[in-house]
Amino acid sequence: MSTASGTQVRSARFRSAEDEFGVVHVHEPHRVGLPPLRSYLSEFWRRRAFALELARTDLRAQHFNTALGQLWLVVNPVLLGLTYFILVDIVRRGSRGPDFLAHLMLCLFVFRFVSTSVTDGARSVVGGGRLILNTAFPRTLLPFSSTVAAFMRFLPTVVVYAILHAVSGLPVGLHVLWVFPILALVAVLAFGASMIAAAAQVYFRDLASFLPFFTRIWLYASPVLYYAEEVPDRFRLILDANPLYPLLASLSDVVTRGERPHAGLLALGLAWAVAIFFAGALFFVSREREFAVRL
Amino acid sequence: MLSASEDAVGLATVDRPGELAVGVDGLSVTYRTTYEKKPTLKTTLIRLGRRERTVRRVEALRDVSFAVPHGAVLGIVGVNGAGKSTLMRTIAGILPPTEGRVVVDGRVSTLLALGIGFNARLSGRENVLLGGLAAGLTREELARKHDEIVEFAELEDVIDLPMRTYSSGMYGRLAFSVAVNMEPDILLIDEALSVGDARFKKKSFEKIRSLCDQAGTILIVSHALRTVRELCSEVLWLHQGQVAMHGNPDAVIESYARFLEIGESDLALEDL
Repeated sequence: MSTASGTQVRSARFRSAEDEFGVVHVHEPHRVGLPPLRSYLSEFWRRRAFALELARTDLRAQHFNTALGQLWLVVNPVLLGLTYFILVDIVRRGSRGPDFLAHLMLCLFVFRFVSTSVTDGARSVVGGGRLILNTAFPRTLLPFSSTVAAFMRFLPTVVVYAILHAVSGLPVGLHVLWVFPILALVAVLAFGASMIAAAAQVYFRDLASFLPFFTRIWLYASPVLYYAEEVPDRFRLILDANPLYPLLASLSDVVTRGERPHAGLLALGLAWAVAIFFAGALFFVSREREFAVRL
Repeated sequence: MLSASEDAVGLATVDRPGELAVGVDGLSVTYRTTYEKKPTLKTTLIRLGRRERTVRRVEALRDVSFAVPHGAVLGIVGVNGAGKSTLMRTIAGILPPTEGRVVVDGRVSTLLALGIGFNARLSGRENVLLGGLAAGLTREELARKHDEIVEFAELEDVIDLPMRTYSSGMYGRLAFSVAVNMEPDILLIDEALSVGDARFKKKSFEKIRSLCDQAGTILIVSHALRTVRELCSEVLWLHQGQVAMHGNPDAVIESYARFLEIGESDLALEDL
């Protein structure tokens, strides 16, 4: 895996590399438990087609390539969203309007992107079985593929939201363009969380049975079924400890309200996304060479 | 008996530049693994309460050094747990060395765990594609080789069926075919020569022969000593993670068979 072109020179006994990859591989002990990052990243990039194909295969297994399959991917979250809306509206004695429905649907769809990425990611390495035993490749491609698949499943729901937004007569302004950087941060966070779940699952195989509870609690602790500003002060901690809070709150601001996002909230969202990503990458990459003897 | 012998065919070429396919230098591999097949949070907590250790250290390889020139066929023999598979995985880059260094010159193709079987729900075609992409081949290369792979494995009729419908022989054939048809410079094979029926075994044997003729380098782990003797240009005997002997196939296999106290009877040489 360590196709380091710089190390070729050191081995005069080996004929020089011939193709564009530099075919001389040098395997040495990892410093501080991490593989050489430059070659790791280039190997990752070189095999990106694998992650995309794996995501595509995953979706094909769920009939994503048929019209009915796609419809189901949309119907499922919409029904869930409506269920939650009715529940929340009853609890709030019918005071919720269409703008809240838009907020709920938007945040629920984005939340499901993250939670699907985590639950599928948890299975990605353990389910990789023989491929991991047989082939050397950056294992981060497996949780990455889960995140890609989750994103592909998220895309059709964007259309649903757009229709809902238009029907509800909600404002459309320039601030809506903020969705791109915010969603990019959500994706980074989803990939990071997916790596954490994937690596942890190798060590604790019963993690998958806890995950549904975990994601549900995470959902309730996120400003999805309520607006962030409605959270009473004594529960502020829930938001502050939730990596998704700043991103979901900003998203709701820029999309459903057409407002400029709060700089502080964005910065917090950025910090969380980067932190989760690096925590996940460090945890996963420092342990991934061990997976072959743990499966 | 366990001292490293250096009369080897392979070692003679060490000092000629540019001729080594695989160089292993002072390689030690130690890893930690668990006693449990499926470790869970529950059992970990229970064991923690009882203060039991669930992790053990395995010193799979200790200070192993050898070199394989281009075009050589190296047979690796040794009893179960000698470190053969660990050595192959380290050369493949799947396990990192704990100490020492491994240099591999050329494109590596592996047949280590039986079956490319990535996902039994997927078709053979999808598995071949995914396995190939993971190994670093491009879509175009794989599309070009696909027919060849399927034809060699004799699976034309079933390649689009989910792999769970395959027999274990079909699994093995497909895996073997993928590994040998990737145009590898270096082929690593772990106990997988005896896939399929007698006819396919013969075919795979011949395929390996022809790979040898194309100056490909092959490392084979096998318990089938007769195959090893017929195919290999040199043999490495691993014992308890160390090189017990390395050199001429006849000499190494004779010593190894004597060590096993089975003699070179037909039973020992049989491809079991």
